[in-house]
Amino acid sequence: MLRVVACIDGSRAAPAVCEFAAWASNHMNMPVTLLHVLDEERYPAEPDLAGSIGLGSREQLLEELADLDRKRSKLALEHGHHMLDEAERLVKAAGVEDVVKRQRHGDLTESLLALENQTRLLVMGLHGESSSDRDIHIGSQLETVIRSLHRPIMLVPDQFTPPRSAMLAFDGSATAFRSVEMMAGSPVFRDMPLHLVMIGPDTSDRREQLKKAETMLSGLGVDIQLAIRAGDVEPALHEYQDEHDIDLLVMGAYGHSRIRQFLVGSTTTTMLKTAEKPLVILR
Amino acid sequence: MVNTLKNQWLSNIRGDVLAGIVVALALIPEAIAFSIIAGVDPKVGLYASFCIAVVIAFVGGRPGMISAATAAMAVLMVTLVKEHGLQYLLAATLLTGVLQIVAGYLRLGSLMRFVSRSVVTGFVNALAILIFMAQLPELTNVTWHVYAMTAAGLAIIYLFPLLPVVGKVIPSPLVCIVTLTAFAVAVGLDIRTVGDMGALPDTLPVFLWPDVPLTLETLMIILPYSVAMAVVGLLESMMTATIVDDLTDTTSDKNRECKGQGVANIGAGLIGGMAGCAMIGQSIINVKSGGRTRLSTLTAGLFLLVMVLVLDSLLVQIPMAALVAVMIMVSIGTFSWDSIRNLRKHPLSTNVVMLVTVVVVVATHNLAFGVLAGVLLAALFFANKVGHYMVVTSDFDEASATRTYTVIGQVFFSSSEKFLESFDFKEAVDNVVIDLSRAHFWDITAVGALDKAVIKFRREGADVDVIGLNEASATIVDRFGVHDKPDAVDQLMGH
Repeated sequence: MLRVVACIDGSRAAPAVCEFAAWASNHMNMPVTLLHVLDEERYPAEPDLAGSIGLGSREQLLEELADLDRKRSKLALEHGHHMLDEAERLVKAAGVEDVVKRQRHGDLTESLLALENQTRLLVMGLHGESSSDRDIHIGSQLETVIRSLHRPIMLVPDQFTPPRSAMLAFDGSATAFRSVEMMAGSPVFRDMPLHLVMIGPDTSDRREQLKKAETMLSGLGVDIQLAIRAGDVEPALHEYQDEHDIDLLVMGAYGHSRIRQFLVGSTTTTMLKTAEKPLVILR
Repeated sequence: MVNTLKNQWLSNIRGDVLAGIVVALALIPEAIAFSIIAGVDPKVGLYASFCIAVVIAFVGGRPGMISAATAAMAVLMVTLVKEHGLQYLLAATLLTGVLQIVAGYLRLGSLMRFVSRSVVTGFVNALAILIFMAQLPELTNVTWHVYAMTAAGLAIIYLFPLLPVVGKVIPSPLVCIVTLTAFAVAVGLDIRTVGDMGALPDTLPVFLWPDVPLTLETLMIILPYSVAMAVVGLLESMMTATIVDDLTDTTSDKNRECKGQGVANIGAGLIGGMAGCAMIGQSIINVKSGGRTRLSTLTAGLFLLVMVLVLDSLLVQIPMAALVAVMIMVSIGTFSWDSIRNLRKHPLSTNVVMLVTVVVVVATHNLAFGVLAGVLLAALFFANKVGHYMVVTSDFDEASATRTYTVIGQVFFSSSEKFLESFDFKEAVDNVVIDLSRAHFWDITAVGALDKAVIKFRREGADVDVIGLNEASATIVDRFGVHDKPDAVDQLMGH
C-alpha cells in the first residue's frame, strides 16, 4: 500500500512537515508513515594517538568503539522516539487515522530508497536539522535525496498554511509533459486553481504547448490560467508567484547534466535556496 | 561523485590527517625492518610503502585500511632476492599485481568464505611469530648494549602512553626511536644502525622497468613467488578488511580491494619497490587514532615520503635495537592473545586447525601453505562431523518377509562406508526395501555405495526396492535449479 512518507528530524520544520503530510494524506486519502533516520556520527570524539598496539589491542578497540556507538545510538533512539510521538500526535490531530512510525539507521538517502516502493509522496523540510542553526537555506542532504529518489517530493517551509492555489513551472519538455500528466492524475489538485507558467519569449510554439497541457489538465475541473513571462527562470517564477499569491509551486527536477550544474548551478538548486513556500518536485 | 568525495575523503578531515601522520611515523621503521627481512635496501621497502599507500587510497575497496610493505610478503621473497637479485623481485612484484587484478575480476575475494575463523586466527598468530623471528638475527651474537637498548625501547613504547596528556598525543614508538637514537649518538655507542643495512631513499622515486630478460625462463623463476605473494597479499588484505569492517561497523568492497591491491603492487614494482599488502597492525593503529576514510591512507603515504626525504641523514643513525623494539611491539600487537585463552574453551578440531596453520607457516615461512593446510584440515573435520549425521534404522515385517531400511541424514564420501555397514547382508529375507526419502545423497560415492548395497542384496536372493531416490539425489546435481527458489530449503530439508 502506498503511503505519504514524512521525514521527521529535530529541525524547526518538523511540525510543518507533519501538518503538510497530514494535509496531503487527507487529500490523497492515503496513510502516513513518519520516518526518523538515525545517521549519527561514527567517528570517535577523542582519537588516541599513542600509536602503539599491545596485548589484545584489537579486541579492546572493538569493545571501545562498539560501546561508544551504543551510547550514541541509545540516546539518538530515545530522542527519535520522542520526536516521532510528538509528530504522531500532530498528524492524528489533523485527522489522519492510519499513522505508522518508523526509525532507521543509516544515511537519509539510503533509508528513503529502502522505503521507495511504498512511497507515494515524500514530505521533507526545506531546512534540515544541521542547517537550522547556521543560515544555510537548503537542507544539506536535500539535493542527494532529490537526485536519487524517483518519487514526488514536497519540500515545505517552517510554517504550515493549507495551500489554496498552485502553479506549475512548465518548459514544454518531455519531462514537463510528464509532470502535467502526473498532476492530472493527482487528487491533490482537484480543488485549487492552477497556473501554468512558462518562462521565455512569447512565441506561438509555446502557446501551443501550453494549450496542450491545459487540455491534459482539463479533467481536474479547476480554473486554469496560462502565462508566459520573459526573464530569468528563478526570479520570474517567484515574481509570478508573489503577484498571484500562489501557495504551491510544482516543478520538475534537475534537467541538466551534473557537470553543467557543477559549473553554472541549476534552476532547481536556486529555487530550493530561495523558496519561501512549499515546493513540489516531480520525478 | 561529489557525494563519494565527501563521504570517502572529506567527512573526517582532522581525525584522518592526524591518524595518517601517526601511521606514517609507525610505517617508516616497519618498512625499513621488512626490507631488511627481505634482504633488500631499506629504500625498496620505503618506496613500496609510499606507493602502495597512496595508490590504494584511490583504488582500494576499504577506506581507512592501511596497505604498505609487509612482513608476510617480505618472508616470501627472501630466497628470490638471495638467488636472483633485486631486479627479479621487481618483476615478480609486477606479476603479483597482475595476478591480483585477475583475481579481482574473477571475484575470488568471495573464496574467503572457505577460510574459517580458526585459520584466520592461525594466520594472524603465525604472522606475529614470523615478525618476531625475523628480529632474532639482530639479537644474536651482539653485545649487551643491544639487549639493554631493546629493553629500554620496549619500556618506552609501553610505559610512555601511561603518562598524562603527552602520552595520548605523541606516538610512543616515535619517542622510543628518537630517544634511543639520540642516546646512541650522544654516547657514541658502536652498535648496528639502519645505515649499515643498505641505501635509503635520497630522491623522489623514479619510474623504471625491471632489468630482467623477458623470457619464459624469467617467468618460470618469478611465477611461483608471484603466485605465493598474490595469494598471501590477498588473504591478509581480505582479513584486514574484515577486521576494519568490524571495528568501524561499515562495509567494504572486497573485489575492488583485490584489484586495488594489484594496481598498487604494479605501481610499487615500477618505482623500484617490493610487493606489499594490507597491514593488520597499522590498520588497527589507524582506526584507533581516529582515521576512517581514504584521506588517512593517502596522508600516511605522502607523509611517509616527505619524512623519509627530509630526515634521511637522521634515519641512517637509528640503531637497529630501536627498530627491533618497535617490531616486537608490532608482533605482540598482531598476535591474537584471545586465541590462547580460548584454547581451553574451543573444540579440539578448531584448535588443531589453528595450531596446524601456525606450525606449517613457521616451518615453511610461507603463509599460503599454512592457510592451505588449515583450510584443508577444516574441510576434513567438517566432512567428518557432518558424516555422523546419518542413521539407518530397520524394521522387519514377518507377514511379507520384508526388511525395510530407513536411511536418515547425509550420505557422502565420508559417511558412505558407515552407510554400507548398516545393512545386514547375511540375513536371509525375501524382500528388502531401502527408504531414502529422508536421506540426502551428496556425491557419486554415495550413489556407488547404494548400487553396491542393492547388488549385494540381489546376490543373496532378495528383491530390492528403493524408495525416494529422486528426492535423495536431488542434492547431487551441481546446478540444481532448486537452490534459487525461495522454498529451496523446505524442499531439500523437509522431504
